[in-house]
Amino acid sequence: MTPTTWAGPDLLDRARLTRLLQAYGVYAALVVLFVVAAVLDGSFLSAGNVRIQLFQVAPTLMVALGMALVIGTEGVDLSVGAVIALAASVVPLYIGYGAPLAVLVALVFGAVSGAVGGTMVAFARIQPIVATLSLMIGLRGVAELINGNSAKPVSDSGLLSLGSDGFAGVPLMAWIAGVCAVLTALLVRRTTFGRQLVAIGDNRQASKLAGLPVRRVLVTVYVLSGVLAAFAGAMIVGHGAEADPANQGLNMELNAITAVVVGGTPLTGGRVRVLGTVAGALFMQLITAVLTQHNVHTSYTQLVEAAIICFAVYASQERGTR
Amino acid sequence: MVQQDPAPRSDWIVEVAGVDKSFAGVHALRGVDFRLRPGEVHALIGENGAGKSTLIKVMTGVYRPDAGRIRLAGEDRAFRNPLEAQAAGISTIYQEVNLVPLMSVARNLCLGREPRRFGLVDLRAMNRLAAETLKRYGVDVDVSRPLGSLGLGAQQMVALARAVQIDARVVVMDEPTSSLEPREVETLFSVIRDLKRQGIAVVYVSHRLDELYAVCDRVTVMRDGAVVHTGEMAGLDRLRLISLMLGREMSTVRAKGATAFGGEHERREGVPALRATGLTVRHRVHGVDVDIHRGEVVGLGGLLGAGRSETAKAITGALAADGGTVEVEGTALARRSPAAAIKAGVVMLAEDRKTEGILPNLSVRENISLALLPRLARAGVVSQAKQDEVVRFFMERLRIKASGPDQKVSDLSGGNQQKVLLARWLCLDPKVLLLDEPTRGIDVGAKAEVQALIDELAEQGLGVLLISSDLEELIEGSDRIVVLKDGRAVGHLQGDDVTEQAVLDTLATAGPDGEAEAAGAEGAAGAEEPGGSTRAVSAAGGTVAADDERPQDRAGSAGRAVTKEEPR
Repeated sequence: MTPTTWAGPDLLDRARLTRLLQAYGVYAALVVLFVVAAVLDGSFLSAGNVRIQLFQVAPTLMVALGMALVIGTEGVDLSVGAVIALAASVVPLYIGYGAPLAVLVALVFGAVSGAVGGTMVAFARIQPIVATLSLMIGLRGVAELINGNSAKPVSDSGLLSLGSDGFAGVPLMAWIAGVCAVLTALLVRRTTFGRQLVAIGDNRQASKLAGLPVRRVLVTVYVLSGVLAAFAGAMIVGHGAEADPANQGLNMELNAITAVVVGGTPLTGGRVRVLGTVAGALFMQLITAVLTQHNVHTSYTQLVEAAIICFAVYASQERGTR
Repeated sequence: MVQQDPAPRSDWIVEVAGVDKSFAGVHALRGVDFRLRPGEVHALIGENGAGKSTLIKVMTGVYRPDAGRIRLAGEDRAFRNPLEAQAAGISTIYQEVNLVPLMSVARNLCLGREPRRFGLVDLRAMNRLAAETLKRYGVDVDVSRPLGSLGLGAQQMVALARAVQIDARVVVMDEPTSSLEPREVETLFSVIRDLKRQGIAVVYVSHRLDELYAVCDRVTVMRDGAVVHTGEMAGLDRLRLISLMLGREMSTVRAKGATAFGGEHERREGVPALRATGLTVRHRVHGVDVDIHRGEVVGLGGLLGAGRSETAKAITGALAADGGTVEVEGTALARRSPAAAIKAGVVMLAEDRKTEGILPNLSVRENISLALLPRLARAGVVSQAKQDEVVRFFMERLRIKASGPDQKVSDLSGGNQQKVLLARWLCLDPKVLLLDEPTRGIDVGAKAEVQALIDELAEQGLGVLLISSDLEELIEGSDRIVVLKDGRAVGHLQGDDVTEQAVLDTLATAGPDGEAEAAGAEGAAGAEEPGGSTRAVSAAGGTVAADDERPQDRAGSAGRAVTKEEPR
């Protein structure tokens, strides 16, 4: 044994720090934000406030989970907000048959619109952003055709309890979103489909040459995104006790993309961070809430959000270029 | 070996002298001299990486040389970009046409020099001018159509017409015929002769030797970034030309060289593991037959662009074939796709590791098990234990050097990446392994390991198809060699005939008559191949075909008619 200088881990190593930031940054930021918010305002941690935050974040998280899968394939799904509107327009039509059936019909509509978008992407090879943009515009039109232009009150007790009941002090919506997150994580990590999805996002040509069912996987991914968005739409209708396709789901696609990006999933595909997406959605929800509760003007809130998005994309980019 | 041209200096339109160029420490050009006379057609040839394209790019202002100088008509010039070179009279026509596909043909032709009337573009005059010009190039199309709606051949003619119109003194053509139909090639040649008469110098880059002999006056051969020969085309016989390109002296045919291959393998007789018949891919492969038995390594020989990779890709369905059948152990593949081929036990190690092989951001584990996932899963859930077992086995077996199965594959060396890809295919337990340049770009150690592995696999009864530009590797690795040339199988070597000499001889001699025969057959088969890139050509050929549609579902009867009988 020759005595050598002990080379311990150099915590100040830039590359290492970058990697740590990429891997755990969003979680650390979430914890810090939580602590700061609690210190600034004692009532932040009150059960009532936490419940409100969870109610608000649950639908966004559902949509973001689907979005994370789509982004993992090097795509994007801009139609999710419109799918929410579509769900909101369909639910009142079938609510007479009971909430389960109405929600199921909404999910079918979500699946069909996802299949349309996925087919455009996988078979017609239209760029995802264009395919889902056209779908976004078209579906809003469809929703209006079905529903007309006015909000309709919904009073079905089943749907209302989906939107506002809780279990063990936590909103049902949050439970559902949480279960969906766990299932999505398992899907990505443990299943053939999940691994193929990531492989296709990383190198579509190589995946095709390796015999992967590229088109089938792509269509399925968009179907999943549509179904999750439709479910989120049903939740929103239940929570608000009204179906308002003209206003529900507006900007949801952007919120979902933000959550995914802040959670560290690169837009270049080949990687899906489900837990990161959960943290990203929570973080964006909380930062908006904290700023609003401290009477920061909306315009400043938006500036802060913009800065966060830029930083998150910048940080995740460094991984790509190594 | 460099022969000096005796002509006096003033005769040169372009003089490149002592040009060096390196990229990140890699020498792409070393002391290159290249000179061009007005009105000559000068062939520039060499294998991949010889420095042809770098030289062209230095001449046309894409790159700036590190050392040396470039003279145009006796004046020192340093072009800062391609536009300056073009303005000075050096035009380039690239393989991919670089015009504006959505603009009309006429607009493209006159871009920047539109005839004007009252300050506005005179559309009628422009269209008339364009139509007249193009007619001379054998392109008779509605010039108001978008350029992109023309076939590639016609687009290339438009590019050529445009290049010549800009008062070109030198026209550089990079593989101009690679997407042309035989008739279009004829038109191109007559255009080139026309250019010659006008005193315009043409640099002609092509891998098709017959074309070079048909149209070129002089030739410059490059290898490893240097010029190894310059002289009259007619004075250079084919065999010498090929050995110059490949860097092999005709006399140095070694029986046993530096590769890690062992002796011959024991070929298992009976039904071949793979039998491909009449493979045809438009412009690329014309009725190639390949048989691979279990336990043998079949080499695919030929120069760059001979259709070797395309043949392998057509077998697996990675490239849509226009004709031909593939049988695996006597059963024809009904569907042709990589997935179907893999299912039948035929796998291919693709040539381009980066774009067609690795999943750069994923781990070694993911990369190895990619194609195996469905077989590792029950009800769609991947068994981690089984996956780890397979990955560990192959990492050991192929001695993949990585910090562990979780390491990102793009962090590995080229050789180890290649082994990961080999593992991806071998873990599928294939019957036939198609290897496209398995040792390109990997270090010497890994190269020997891969070669030894190929040997071992054949020993164990795998059927192997080996494509390699490394002649030594091809000769020593293969039990038989099918020699391809211009997309046709022109020779079949086995036993004691598997020598460098024989491969070189085949490449050099198997041209003219085979070519003539093939050309005749192709003329007859013209109706089957909907070339029709231009209306003129379509009409002449009696075919009414969509302009640039890939004839994916056409039967391969045309291709098979072309096939030359090979001695077995």
